[in-house]
Amino acid sequence: MSTATLEAPAPAAPPADGKLTKKMLTADHPTWCPGCGDFAVLAAFYKVLEKLQYPHEKIVCVAGIGCSSRFPYFVNSHGIHFIHGRALPLATGISLSRPDVHVFVFGGDGDGFSIGGNHLNHAARKNIKLTYVIMDNFVYGLTKKQTSPTSPQGFKSKTDPTGSIDRPINPMKQLLASGATFIARTHAAQVKHMMDVFERAILHDGFSVVECLSECIMFYEGSFDDSWPKKGGVFETIDETQHDVKDDVSAYKLADQPSPGKFGVFYDVDRPTKNEMEQKWIDSTQAKLGGVSQKDILKKRLEMMR
Amino acid sequence: MPTATASAPPSSVPAQTLRNAVIRLAGNSQDGIQSIGGFLARLAGRTQHDVMTYMTIPSTISGGPSIFQLHLGSGHVLTAGDEADVLVAFYQHSYDSHIGSLREGGICIYESAEVTEFKNERGIHHIGVPFTAATIEALGGSARDRGKNMFVLGLLCAVYQLDRDKLAGIVSRQFGKKDESVLRNAMLAFDAGYAYPIGDIGTFNFEEGEHKDEHRLSTDGNTLMTMGLIAAGVRYGSAYPITPWSSIMETLRSELPKYGGIYVQAEDELAAVSMTIGAAYAGHLAVTGSAGPGLSLKMEALSYASMAEIPLIVINVQRGGPSTGLPTSVEQSDLLQAIYGSHGDCPRIVLAPQDVEDCFYIALEAGKLAREYSCPVIILSDQGLSSRIEAFTEPDLDKCWVEPMLDIAERAADFKPYPLDSVTRHAPPGAKMASGRYPHVTGLEHDEWGHPSGNPKMHQKMTDKRRNKLIELSKKLPLPEIYGEQQGDVLLVGWGSTYGPIKESVNRMLSEGHKVGAIHIRHVHPMPAKLDTIFAKFKKVVVVEMNDSGMYGYGQLATMLRASLADPKIQSVCKTDGLNFRIREIVTGVEKVMAAN
Ligand SMILES: Cc1ncc(C[n+]2csc(CCOP(=O)(O)OP(=O)(O)O)c2C)c(N)n1
Ligand code: SF4
Repeated sequence: MSTATLEAPAPAAPPADGKLTKKMLTADHPTWCPGCGDFAVLAAFYKVLEKLQYPHEKIVCVAGIGCSSRFPYFVNSHGIHFIHGRALPLATGISLSRPDVHVFVFGGDGDGFSIGGNHLNHAARKNIKLTYVIMDNFVYGLTKKQTSPTSPQGFKSKTDPTGSIDRPINPMKQLLASGATFIARTHAAQVKHMMDVFERAILHDGFSVVECLSECIMFYEGSFDDSWPKKGGVFETIDETQHDVKDDVSAYKLADQPSPGKFGVFYDVDRPTKNEMEQKWIDSTQAKLGGVSQKDILKKRLEMMR
Repeated sequence: MPTATASAPPSSVPAQTLRNAVIRLAGNSQDGIQSIGGFLARLAGRTQHDVMTYMTIPSTISGGPSIFQLHLGSGHVLTAGDEADVLVAFYQHSYDSHIGSLREGGICIYESAEVTEFKNERGIHHIGVPFTAATIEALGGSARDRGKNMFVLGLLCAVYQLDRDKLAGIVSRQFGKKDESVLRNAMLAFDAGYAYPIGDIGTFNFEEGEHKDEHRLSTDGNTLMTMGLIAAGVRYGSAYPITPWSSIMETLRSELPKYGGIYVQAEDELAAVSMTIGAAYAGHLAVTGSAGPGLSLKMEALSYASMAEIPLIVINVQRGGPSTGLPTSVEQSDLLQAIYGSHGDCPRIVLAPQDVEDCFYIALEAGKLAREYSCPVIILSDQGLSSRIEAFTEPDLDKCWVEPMLDIAERAADFKPYPLDSVTRHAPPGAKMASGRYPHVTGLEHDEWGHPSGNPKMHQKMTDKRRNKLIELSKKLPLPEIYGEQQGDVLLVGWGSTYGPIKESVNRMLSEGHKVGAIHIRHVHPMPAKLDTIFAKFKKVVVVEMNDSGMYGYGQLATMLRASLADPKIQSVCKTDGLNFRIREIVTGVEKVMAAN
């Protein structure tokens, strides 16, 4: 539903001719290092958009700062590249004020879980309608190899030359606790899996987060080999006949499994979004006013101060 | 000298007709003295009088000593008054702390059950009234002392021969929404106060008010600023609570849904400014706000808004600093933060309202400038302005109302978001691009299409562009009018809420035969070009502001002026005691500057 003030058009419908192609969605050539996992994430995103046929003017790509946060430049849609860690509140402002567009947020683990950690909790509990893809490479890429909040203990970086000593956060557990309504995990080397998860996240009506393990070839090579069959690991997916995605306790247990753990949708529930709740408030307030013009509402308010 | 007497010294005050009166109510914050003051202030507006109020709030929640001062006048009222004509003291501590603020020969009306020690000095008249006992009697014994503020209101109404019916009307409008018994009790207490025989004190009559215009409002700066924002077309924004800003966000939160808008309480100031930039990027006029410490937290994002050229309104209701400083006191020490805070060269517009009425118009102007120049506009209000009540002519909404609009029309094939040769105009999400190429908004240095660019020449050109648009604005800004002498010995220069006190000081100095004038700078950054032509007409220029004179002896605006005009005749009169300027403080300060060579 649109906000009454500005009569924003209804959410994007696919173009009638169904012709949106990957080529049309491509903007600048990515500046990532050859072999960076983020390329695959971008490719999967193009494909999902192609499938969903969202017109480009209805897509907004938002990001903070980091290698992965360069993402919006590579998508031919409206895009905004913001400051480090604050992409989510920025996206919140867009989502709440423009119900007619699809808001996508991209970033890294440092951007999302460290400097932006507080915002993640609050966007999740407010259930802001948007999709957030976190390219988790367990390291700070853009600033050239410092410890990240997801770096495993013992990881040697420029800030932990003898190995990281801090306990890494568990994104799935943290997101569950803060109230996100869609939580999933995927792997950049599994394009098909990634696409399925992205599609479900995008179609989810609420705050959806996808943690996407995406290798930083420059500063943490081999980080995800143990969940990459080509490199001798196992890619274990969640069997939804055995796991109820609406059961948070079960999701919590699943999230607690030792690395590399499972991939797929951990949690997916419906809860009214803040967007919806605010609109309800607007509608009921305006219904009470019964069609008085906005200027007259303010005139009346001023009269009360006479 | 305090004397321990059980009853008040005798009082006798003849009846008089007045042009002005300053009433100070001193009690505890839970005594309802703010509502007494609020009712009287509203009455002033409705009886064509002028009013300015001043209050102190304890910074603790559980309450504590508090005052409300009210300056009523038949002509222009420019300050809340240096000293009181009447003091109403609810407790011994109110009496002890405030008796010194009464003028010579003033009247002290005190709660006779509380105040027992008097200072028989300076010809002060003492009148003891049992506020609480009389209220209890009027209400039938059970209502305790809840209505004693209404009793005092009635008493003051009688002393000053105010329009009883109008005042009762205002009271009933206020309480009418509540339980019937609330209004009945309030009126019983009011009537009891009105009828109370206060003995040998004559009544006072105000001369007829000068303001003949029909529609006058009386309210405080924060409330009016909020209404200005709505009139300006603001429908979205976000903030985090902090004194003395909070009431603006609280009002926006409950008002905006009526207009189809949303105001979000964010998790902190960094999120608040980011959400607001999000709504602004999405094509709306949006506002965030805070007080000093919160403005500091917003600085990184504000630098982004300068770079990405996002139109944005940011309100900073200044309070005493640094750090959490004096949260409920007044200060003007965020000017340099507003202009220069943050990293890099990040030009922005800074405006400062001069009185309560101006809070409305400055919000409108901020909206207009933000859109026209595609950049953040900071409004520097302050604690004094935020809470004081003034009466003024109701804004004509038919003339100034701005219809909110979202422009998502298709952009032509040659659209560039950041053209070097003209002003930046963004295409918000939803706008179709005829070229088929969609725009990116960015905080990285960029070319005209918004592509990141590390080219040194491009950075220079874009820096020039962002700065030059403010230079263009400064050329268009009107020169401030000179108040008082148009040329002469001293020019007083102020900004923000010191407007009234500075004018009043000029009046006083003119009456003492000095050749003085004053200007007030509303556009504090950029300032109007050619201010030097005004300065040239005076031998000395004294900048009066509520901040510290710092390392080099000049306050913050004075530093800016000296830096831009390199004029050694610019001097400073500064103070940071957390209180509004008294007239005599300004006059003494200026005289000192005049006396120095
Ligand atoms: C306020 C602020 N602090 C620090 C930085 C420096 N910085 C840029 S990106 C980054 C971390 C990037 O790591 P991550 O978010 O994991 O993204 P990646 O580059 O690995 O994709 C840091 C610390 C900054 N730009 N802004
Ligand atoms: S540094 Fe790492 S994360 Fe950044 S682009 Fe290169 S490989 Fe990717």
